[in-house]
Amino acid sequence: MALDQSFVGRTYPPTEPYEVGREKIREFAEAVGDPHPAYTDAEAAKALGHPDVIAPPTFVFAITFKAAGQVITDPRLGLDYSRVVHGDQKFAYVRPVRAGDRLTVTSTIESVKSMAGNDILDIRGEVHDEAGEHVVTAWTKLVARAAEEA
Amino acid sequence: MTAKISYADVEVGTELPAQTFPVTRATLVQYAGASGDFNPIHWNEKFAKEVGLPDVIAHGMFTMAEAIRVVTDWAGDPGAVVEYGVRFTKPVVVPNDEQGATIEVSGKVAAKLDDNTVRVDLTVTSAGQKVLGMSRAVVRLA
Repeated sequence: MALDQSFVGRTYPPTEPYEVGREKIREFAEAVGDPHPAYTDAEAAKALGHPDVIAPPTFVFAITFKAAGQVITDPRLGLDYSRVVHGDQKFAYVRPVRAGDRLTVTSTIESVKSMAGNDILDIRGEVHDEAGEHVVTAWTKLVARAAEEA
Repeated sequence: MTAKISYADVEVGTELPAQTFPVTRATLVQYAGASGDFNPIHWNEKFAKEVGLPDVIAHGMFTMAEAIRVVTDWAGDPGAVVEYGVRFTKPVVVPNDEQGATIEVSGKVAAKLDDNTVRVDLTVTSAGQKVLGMSRAVVRLA
């Protein structure tokens, strides 16, 4: 079933703040096997000009994708989440995410398309810190594959 | 932000040191926990096959996280990454054995841009197949 085109441009309310924890960053860096000291050693991060340990570039996806959940599960949009695969992902950074950040995400539906029975949804997540400064934007393309013929 | 590579020292075509990253079932369980993505296609072989996959597959975001390491290790400061985007074209299939799978990543400077930034194009393969397409990062050099 084609998605409702009137959802293009719709913006959802900002999420509650997510507080970025030092140990959460360490856990993520270990999970991707990345020993870069800027992720775990505040002094190493400071030597690079950062006020505290920073998160690996893709860390923020866990936060923006959770925020996108309010779009994906919006019953008025009608996306069949059981058929969804991740198509594209992009980030544009103003600065790296770092320990102590309290981040909110504002999700906007950028585009809704149907191609060959697949529903394609582009969601933009704008991430801001507690001071209201823009930190990063995440673009997520989700593809709901066409239901197979019975 | 303090990249260790100087903008003046790179040219279009400069190659970044290539790297290979192992991924086993244990890696995927650990990544699931750290990222909060518990989709069973990343740890449950029966479920993966029921939805038409050849076997358990790696999280696309895990592969994306590995690929950028070629850029962050080269630049020296992960905070120097200004933009990063990929297309998930093929899954990284992870068999249930000690070897698991391998993600191979190479990169080269594709364009020199404004403000000491360069665009790096990444080539990311597993088992001889390209697993990410349009894999590009913009990084600010010294």
